[in-house]
Amino acid sequence: MSDSATAPKRRLPQINPVWVLLTVLVVAIIFMNPRFIEPTGYMNFLKRAAPLAILAAGQVYVITSGGFDLSVGSLITLVVVGSSMLTNNDPTATYWVIPLMLAMGLGVGAVNGLVVCFLRVPSLIATLGMMITLNGLAFLWSGGAPRGYLPDTFRFFGRELIRDVPLVRFIPVSVIVLVVVVGLLAWLMHRTNLGRQVHAIGDNPVAARLAGVAVNRVRITAFMLSGLSAAIAGILLGGFAGVSTDVGSGYELQAITAAVLGGAQLLGGRGSVPAALGGALALTAIFTLLNFLGLPQPVRQVVQGLILIAAVAFAMHRRRQTGT
Amino acid sequence: MSIAEDTPRRKAGFRFERWAPLILLGGALAIYVVVALVTGQAQYLTFDNLIAILGRSIALGITAIGQTFVILVASIDLSVASLISATAVLASVVMDGSPAMILPAILAAIALGGLVGLTNGLVVSGLKVNPLIATLGMSLIIQGCLSAFVSNFAGEVPAAFQMFAYGELGPFPVALLFLGLLAVMAWAVLRFTKFGSDIYAVGGNEEAARFAGIKTGRVVILSHVICSICASIAGLYLASRLRSGAPWIGSDGVYDLESIAVVVIGGTVLAGGRGGVWGTMAGMLIFSLIDSVFNIAGVDSFAKQVLRGIIIVAAVAFYAIRSKRIVA
Amino acid sequence: MTDPVIEMQGITKSFPGVRALSGVSFGVRPGEVQALVGENGAGKSTLIKILSGVYQADAGEVRMNGEAVHFVHPVESLRAGIAVIYQEFSLLPERTVAQNLFLGREPRTRFGLIDSAKMRADTREVLALFAAAGRIDPDRTVGELDVATQQVVEIAKAVSTGARVVVMDEPTAALNEAECEELFATVDTLRARGVAIIYITHRMREITRLADRVTVLKDGEVAARFDEVPAPDAIVRAMVGRDIADFYAPPATPEEIGDPVLTVRGAGNAMLHQIDLDVRAGEIVGLAGIQGAGRVALAMALFGETPFEHGQVTLNGERVSFQTPRSAILGGIGLLPGDRKSEGLVLMQSVRDNGMLTSRAFAPLWSSDRRNAFTDRARMDALLDHMEIRAASYDQDIRALSGGNQQKAIVARWLSMRPKLLIFIEPTRGIDVNSKAGIYHLMRDLAREGAGILMISSDLPEVIGAADRVLVMQEGRIAAEFPHGATEQDIMHAATGETGVAA
Repeated sequence: MSDSATAPKRRLPQINPVWVLLTVLVVAIIFMNPRFIEPTGYMNFLKRAAPLAILAAGQVYVITSGGFDLSVGSLITLVVVGSSMLTNNDPTATYWVIPLMLAMGLGVGAVNGLVVCFLRVPSLIATLGMMITLNGLAFLWSGGAPRGYLPDTFRFFGRELIRDVPLVRFIPVSVIVLVVVVGLLAWLMHRTNLGRQVHAIGDNPVAARLAGVAVNRVRITAFMLSGLSAAIAGILLGGFAGVSTDVGSGYELQAITAAVLGGAQLLGGRGSVPAALGGALALTAIFTLLNFLGLPQPVRQVVQGLILIAAVAFAMHRRRQTGT
Repeated sequence: MSIAEDTPRRKAGFRFERWAPLILLGGALAIYVVVALVTGQAQYLTFDNLIAILGRSIALGITAIGQTFVILVASIDLSVASLISATAVLASVVMDGSPAMILPAILAAIALGGLVGLTNGLVVSGLKVNPLIATLGMSLIIQGCLSAFVSNFAGEVPAAFQMFAYGELGPFPVALLFLGLLAVMAWAVLRFTKFGSDIYAVGGNEEAARFAGIKTGRVVILSHVICSICASIAGLYLASRLRSGAPWIGSDGVYDLESIAVVVIGGTVLAGGRGGVWGTMAGMLIFSLIDSVFNIAGVDSFAKQVLRGIIIVAAVAFYAIRSKRIVA
Repeated sequence: MTDPVIEMQGITKSFPGVRALSGVSFGVRPGEVQALVGENGAGKSTLIKILSGVYQADAGEVRMNGEAVHFVHPVESLRAGIAVIYQEFSLLPERTVAQNLFLGREPRTRFGLIDSAKMRADTREVLALFAAAGRIDPDRTVGELDVATQQVVEIAKAVSTGARVVVMDEPTAALNEAECEELFATVDTLRARGVAIIYITHRMREITRLADRVTVLKDGEVAARFDEVPAPDAIVRAMVGRDIADFYAPPATPEEIGDPVLTVRGAGNAMLHQIDLDVRAGEIVGLAGIQGAGRVALAMALFGETPFEHGQVTLNGERVSFQTPRSAILGGIGLLPGDRKSEGLVLMQSVRDNGMLTSRAFAPLWSSDRRNAFTDRARMDALLDHMEIRAASYDQDIRALSGGNQQKAIVARWLSMRPKLLIFIEPTRGIDVNSKAGIYHLMRDLAREGAGILMISSDLPEVIGAADRVLVMQEGRIAAEFPHGATEQDIMHAATGETGVAA
């Protein structure tokens, strides 16, 4: 019964590898397309990355708390389809539809959390079930053939630019949304009791419970934030992608990949919102590069699958080396 | 001392888990009969119709048998749906209407399954990647490769191979008999071979298994290979049934999630080490009965999907809700 | 005199920051029971793990039947004939007795299939050696057996491998009196068959009853070696090797003990019956008993984790009925779990985060993590300083700290909540000897400041030395009470349900 854990810990590298990866990718993009350093280049890049980055920032909460949220992709779809059904081409409807969609995101997250906490269904199964259910609802709501329009007032967030900004000439509204949402989520995760407790329940739920942490409340909150982030991502995507029943498909895995690239630990205990943002930007940068190289859409999927596995394998390797 | 150490051990006697699949099956059957009678459609209660119900779940059943193996070793496989699509397309393209190519096509499909299973197993046991992520990643890779080549029905299955899905031996469809045979084989492997015993040991307590000299990595890899080969057989069956392969048949059937749900409903625990094939078969029956109830009751197909999602979660909850363990 | 089957010479093993063993020599002969005794942390487990190949020694050598062996995996030592029965069973609860006995080496038929009939027959044959054989059906699932029977299965498993050396690590921890006797008979059987037995324990009675020779480890070194079993005092002196009075903090004086903070009357639930209990301010109450006696169940009932279903609980004069740990904490109870790693710590978080965990749990979710109604960063750091926690920085992950420092961080977690009652479960388990005294004095200081303390421990000398009063539990009831200064024997008798005459 000796203590083997008294080792003076080797300092982990201070820089998260995701930033190195992102830098390399951005340099590669600039090399292939020098116009990337102009505002039109990087602002468009950020605009395209915004939904994923927001989604990843929400996903980090669930992953850090020890779970997965696979329902976010279908939630995006439901938000886009539902908004188009509800607004029905009425520009003034936007003002109540958007709050309603945000509430729906929170609600779906709450249901996920309640199912995990009280029915004790592992989040993987619970959110996969939610994914099927929401996809079915999106079909049901739209009768299988969604209308292809959203009013311009709704598309403002995803599509519009704010012009005549000093230094950068213009800023897409979605980039402002990105900065605000990710900033808020980062503050919540790293500067508040909520964030510390999300870490604690993912690290060791039994210890957290015995230390008095309201494990269920924290877990449900994490799922609600993930649902909210999906609703926001859906509103942005509705702005620049069309309305269809597969607009959100695949986003759940991209969000998990981004979070894992950012060093979030699967099954909980460690996770960073800024690093997840880095992961989302890196993933988008990889897709951009693949685009430049003229590789077709399916290759993206293959590459993403490889990145996902490689990122986790790399993290496991590092954990074994540092003796975690 | 941990909490668990100090609480009295489980007493012998009635073990709910052992009987739960049968209880559920009885319940599903009762609902089916009641719905058929209430809607005045007694024709659904004939023997032929029951066989037909079973016939609709064969692909799910085959996949679930494979999934039982990986879940028993405390792993999971979410790549089966993509693999089903890939093997269906592969087989149908290789056959391309020619009976002479049936055997090569079958071999190619099985080889692809074996390769995918081997890779999954190596990534899970060698690189220690969380099996959910490893197989989700694999699923992306397969789906991506597949859609790079085909986007619609591809190839054609010769009439001779359609026997697999449509042939009958006496009153029984060939495929149903095949499923039965596969289940018996799987049961025999789990019950009578050292490999079967090792599966339960690795899933039950990996460290104890390793201390007993069991090569745990090999057991995990082999289980993944079995699971993937089962999925490729399910792909062959679907190609035969649809007379051609399409890149969406796996994901349309939600075979990944449904096969897991079927296994869990059958009493195999997700944490591994407990359960078996007959429970999985009972789970498959429960699912097909529920599906038939929807059909009799005339539930809209989108609504059916919604209900399916809810039923899967409810089914897992049925087992999970009794545990005191905190899940995430 | 026969040659030793196992000879370990000059075994040295260090873990980062700790020298677990230095120059330990140890041997065991066929047909003898060699008792290996020592306090927690003395190095017994490390020595066994080196013998079985879980760890590799930094220096020294292991000889088996005169030949040097070097096991790098427990499977190798098992094949060589060394079977270790760990405290945590390695049985598979979902598999049958026969399947467990032959795990990994099932007999096969000509066709390569498992020969269940032979396996069953062999199982019966092996079990026939044991008194419990009649009770055990080879086809029963192990999870359905009681702890004592599981232990027999575990030993039978060792025997069935043809082990020439069997190591038993505190095998009686969970057994009642009758079951202990049965185990002793089993050990006698093995000895008569020429098996060499290494028997780890710290119960004097078992040493007297079973051992042929005794080796005492202390702080990673051999403190004493006896070729005949000496008087218990000699062993204890060698084990502790210092003045006991200093090691434990002095007991409370009558003036220091105040009014009851906790009163329980007639309380119970599925695991507990008719619990009557008082804990006074300034008092440390020890709770002894064998594993499964319900000590932890009692702690968890008080703490609201597995609540009482009937009876009365009064905390600081108010009737309470806690249904969750949160409500118990708000009511003024703190609990230090027995298994630090799995129940106490959030290992990937910093020392400070571990210390502030509980105070944060009762502050609004959206408020700053730097200060709350109970404490703030500066005060927490001051508290950690005050307890002399040794860490490079309080931002360091807590997993890198030693057990004693980790335990102090958990204590810090509770101190900021100012609890009226603190429950310590196995407070010094896995903590090195030098840090133990620190924990005892910390507990005493807390009591002096007015808290009531309930201490659950399986370490009898600890219960006797550190507590002002000892309650003994047996089968979910409080069976006896002893004042400070009871003997180990009194307590063991009460704990195992043996009344009257000693064995």
